Amino acid sequence: MEQTSAPAPDELVRRHASPGASLIAVLHAIQDETGFVPPEVVAPLARAFNLSRAEVHGVITYYHHFRTQPPAPVTVALCRAEACRSMGTEALAQHIEGRTGCRFDAAHGASGHAEQAAGREVELESVYCLGQCALSPSMTINGALHVKVTPAKFDALLEQARESAASTLAHKESV
Amino acid sequence: MTTRVFVPCDSSALALGADAIADAIAQEAARRGVSIELVRNGSRGLLWLEPLVEVQTAQGRVGYGNVESLDVASLFEAGFLTGGAHARSVGLVDDIPYLKQQQRLTFARLGLTDPLSIDDYVAHEGLVGLKAALGMSAEAACQTVLDSGLRGRGGAAFPAGIKWRTVREANAAQKYIVCNADEGDSGTFSDRLAMEGDPFALIEGMIIAGISTGATRGYIYVRSEYPHSISMLNAAIGKARAAGWLGQRVLGSDHAFELEVAKGAGSYVCGEETALLESLEGKRGVVRAKPPVPALVGLFGQPTVVNNVITLATVPIIFARGAQFYRDFGMGRSRGTLPFQLAGNIKQGGLVELAFGVTLRELVEKFGGGTASGRPARAVQVGGPLGTYLPESQWDIPLDYEAYAAVGAVVGHGGLVVHDDTSNLAELAQYAMHFCAVESCGKCTPCRIGSTRGVEVIARIRNGDTSEKQVQLLRDLCDTMVSGSLCAMGGMTPYPVLSALDHFPEDFGLRPVQPKAAAA
Repeated sequence: MEQTSAPAPDELVRRHASPGASLIAVLHAIQDETGFVPPEVVAPLARAFNLSRAEVHGVITYYHHFRTQPPAPVTVALCRAEACRSMGTEALAQHIEGRTGCRFDAAHGASGHAEQAAGREVELESVYCLGQCALSPSMTINGALHVKVTPAKFDALLEQARESAASTLAHKESV
Repeated sequence: MTTRVFVPCDSSALALGADAIADAIAQEAARRGVSIELVRNGSRGLLWLEPLVEVQTAQGRVGYGNVESLDVASLFEAGFLTGGAHARSVGLVDDIPYLKQQQRLTFARLGLTDPLSIDDYVAHEGLVGLKAALGMSAEAACQTVLDSGLRGRGGAAFPAGIKWRTVREANAAQKYIVCNADEGDSGTFSDRLAMEGDPFALIEGMIIAGISTGATRGYIYVRSEYPHSISMLNAAIGKARAAGWLGQRVLGSDHAFELEVAKGAGSYVCGEETALLESLEGKRGVVRAKPPVPALVGLFGQPTVVNNVITLATVPIIFARGAQFYRDFGMGRSRGTLPFQLAGNIKQGGLVELAFGVTLRELVEKFGGGTASGRPARAVQVGGPLGTYLPESQWDIPLDYEAYAAVGAVVGHGGLVVHDDTSNLAELAQYAMHFCAVESCGKCTPCRIGSTRGVEVIARIRNGDTSEKQVQLLRDLCDTMVSGSLCAMGGMTPYPVLSALDHFPEDFGLRPVQPKAAAA
């Protein structure tokens, strides 16, 4: 079994679209397995749910959580909401952009065109509240939650995440 | 003798290394050959002290705050298992004024128990409410909620008892209880603390809601940003089911109730009840027009109670101690307690549950200890991103739904975010409009287009065009959004914007003006 290639779209949908499950629950299951929702699953999902492809596409694109491209090896989600703003999250965001050479929300593209994702090592996302408002600023790095983040703490966390991503990649290539 | 040591398993504590601390304590105890029982409790809500390690002593639970793994060896050296003195010691936790001065009803068990232990739950007054409810008629149960004065804690403050009664009286083969756990407001985390620290209370409250209204299915819609809450709830529901709380015969009675967790997908507006129902049905989270209200036409078109986590988690104590007990807390038409959340630039952030009527100044200064930065506090936003910025002149108004409404502010979900004197309220106003643009569901024009126009006009003012024309344009736009939006997203985004403009005009580059007659 080839480890690195994603399962076929029909197979993904068959596996997760159990009777009675909501479309959103199935999209979560697909993204949890593959890291994103491949555009190729839209047609089989539409058939499984007796919806139009436009309706399925509409649901996927409505929700910020669903992504249609694979995530970068290191994905940083920084809270930009009020409580974190009061504790300097905007200055931290500038530091992070400077440190990584990436821009926040580049994948969403202000002009409506997603920036080319391939080959990037770090991806920066804005999120609005992680529920840690008494311990601001907060962020997740590859899903792991961190609070009271300072620029120095971020630098250390980024280094750890890069090393961990590199070793995962090396492990995959050796398989 | 085995000593009980408590290390919280709440996501705040986990983010600060609580798992590593628990491991280090277990290893060090094994190395020294001392017998301990390690309990993973919920957070006490004293978040500035996390990770807060506690030890059970004859005098009570002694706490050690802001513990790091590296402290563990020295804690053992200092004899912390018998409450020994250490630089991290905070003394008897129940005597910490922040905790001692609270009125914990909804959160009576918070941090005391292992959130996933049914034995712990039952030993701390758990299930008393459900057993009382099972002995009542559905009509009497709804009346109990009505008599308690409990109003929706999500922010809208609608009387819960009226909602329940409407669903009970509706005729339908299937009714639903939906818990709104899409806690997206910045500055709020009480739902999260309840789900992670005392999930059985929410489950018990939902079962009571089910048997009181004839609903046999429940859903807890939790935001995807709360993965730890989701896993705690799923674990708790599994235990509740195994213990016979759920299923065809709730605690052996003739009532059936099933419960499951649904995961959101990162849309703020899904915290609005009709958008939430759309999302639960697997659709885009677009707001529905009301009427009909969800109590009559809700999930899949059926009568549905939609209540916030705190509303439902408060139900068990109302049934355990009686409506009158709960009603005796509070003031005016705001009965009971509200778990306030102290957040943002605050020294002692955390959960403070108190009866309605406390003031912002007491919360920020007495409990919060002022700002984290040590600079003077300047503005406090109460009620989340759709709430008003209150200047110091308004910090002595009692926190009560009606008293706040009278000054154009909202209590909302009880979150307060403190900003110090380095804040720029014009920037925060622009952010409020930006947030609305990002999160608008797009169904109604005032919200969808107004928010983007709002960002633009505030940017123009901030860039120096401070003419009366621009300011009037912003006010007109806000008026359109308030009056013309379908839900609170567009309808209340002007609250932070206008309060910033009215109370902090200098941040917009405008000259402070003496307030003229407010009514128009």
